[in-house]
Amino acid sequence: MEGVLNQLPIGLSIGAVLLLIALGLTFTFGQMGVVNMAHGEFIMAGAYTAYLLQGVGFLIALPAAFVVAGLMGLVLERTLIRRFYGRPLDTLLLTWGVSLMLQQLARDLFGAPNVQVASPAWLRGGVGILPYNRLFIMALAAASVLAIWAYMNRTGQGRRMRAVMQNRRLAATSGIDTGRVDQRTFFIGSGLAGVAGVALTLIGPVGPTLGTYYIVDAFLVVVAGGLGQLRGAVLAAAGLGLLNSYAEFWSDASLAKVVVFVAIIGFLQVRPQGLFFVRSRALT
Amino acid sequence: MLSVEGLESGYGRARVLFGVSLEVPAGRLVCVMGRNGVGKTTLLDTVMGVLPATGGRVTFEGRDVTRLRPDQRVRLGMGYVPQGHDTFPQLSVMDNLLVTLEASAHRDRAALEEALEVFPRLKPLLKRPAGFLSGGQQQQLAMARALVTRPKLLILDEPTEGIQPSIILEIEEAVERLHATGLAILLVEQYLDLALRLADGFVILDAGRVVRSGPARELQDEEVHRLLSV
Repeated sequence: MEGVLNQLPIGLSIGAVLLLIALGLTFTFGQMGVVNMAHGEFIMAGAYTAYLLQGVGFLIALPAAFVVAGLMGLVLERTLIRRFYGRPLDTLLLTWGVSLMLQQLARDLFGAPNVQVASPAWLRGGVGILPYNRLFIMALAAASVLAIWAYMNRTGQGRRMRAVMQNRRLAATSGIDTGRVDQRTFFIGSGLAGVAGVALTLIGPVGPTLGTYYIVDAFLVVVAGGLGQLRGAVLAAAGLGLLNSYAEFWSDASLAKVVVFVAIIGFLQVRPQGLFFVRSRALT
Repeated sequence: MLSVEGLESGYGRARVLFGVSLEVPAGRLVCVMGRNGVGKTTLLDTVMGVLPATGGRVTFEGRDVTRLRPDQRVRLGMGYVPQGHDTFPQLSVMDNLLVTLEASAHRDRAALEEALEVFPRLKPLLKRPAGFLSGGQQQQLAMARALVTRPKLLILDEPTEGIQPSIILEIEEAVERLHATGLAILLVEQYLDLALRLADGFVILDAGRVVRSGPARELQDEEVHRLLSV
């Protein structure tokens, strides 16, 4: 029984990490129609940032990773993705190539073997079945969702972002500089992946292929949650994290993946538009 | 105020406009007319920079704007209400107006009140998502959104198309009142009687070219009727 309960914080914290990753994807995929496979490498970049900043302070690693991954996203958007708007399949191939290059770059810089980031002392231990590091990850994700929600709904920049998301052409003819909004969106979305990377250092080793383990699951969260839907992403991430960890607990890692994929395929048969979707006159 | 010279544009290899020229003098309402598919919307989209011009020039207040982005043109004072009463469906009516206001050159909140004075019907709907408004209400919102930027020139693409008759009148009156305040307007309109009531001058397009233009009184001609009849 205790084993079953132990899976709960594990599943929820994995869900929390997936949520952080999926938030960025839901912006860039749901809003700009860009399938960014290199998003996984922004996670990896965030994790290595935490690795480099060991000893400087874990709480400094979080904003630093946000900025590092965010800037990488910004550069990618400005140099390559910008030229491929409206062509999702091309962006997939393009960013996949970038993803492979970034993985090789990480191998050259940090070596192929995984490295371990020492968790800060105050995150060791726990209360009952709840380890502090897993609790911290959940709190981090919750705080990020709140911050994103507030940004989108309470600021002028967020309002412009939603406007571009809903009707890019109309946004441009309403006076909104859509290019600038895209840059900002890419920066924030990629930065969140970096934060997710820091969170991952608390529960496992860091390696050049860290991002590839999570990117597919994160895309599943985006699709299952409904494109561009914040609450959909939250529910889908929690569900996927729990399903993953319990399926692994009762079988093994590869069978668990099969279970998850079958569940998602089945779910999308019933609800192809995801958990939440937009119903309105203008979209019919 | 707005001067279009030899404008050419199209979609990919399909050319739609073959050298269109027209003038909108300050304070005047010019009506662009023509049958379906002659390039009216393409013309407006190219004037606003939604479509790139492949030839010719667009000059606004003496400044060449041919290569500017749409949002830059808006900040110079060109207000555009595209066809099909588009809104940001998930944003509230208020947010629809605010997002445009915040992107405008002046950012003066008083402009919000001014726009709502023109379309008072929107006042009780401010908190509603724009996607839930009726077609007529959405069209009024679309026009109010353009007004919030305090344009010097308002570009309207078939503002009464597909709108319930009760609201068509209100929209017509609004256009008339805005014109009376001295706002220059470039209007695309299918209906001759409406054009006759509102316009100072007209331009008739056929197959991507200007085939007739002149002061509004000439709209009574036999030839004009022939060009506009289907």
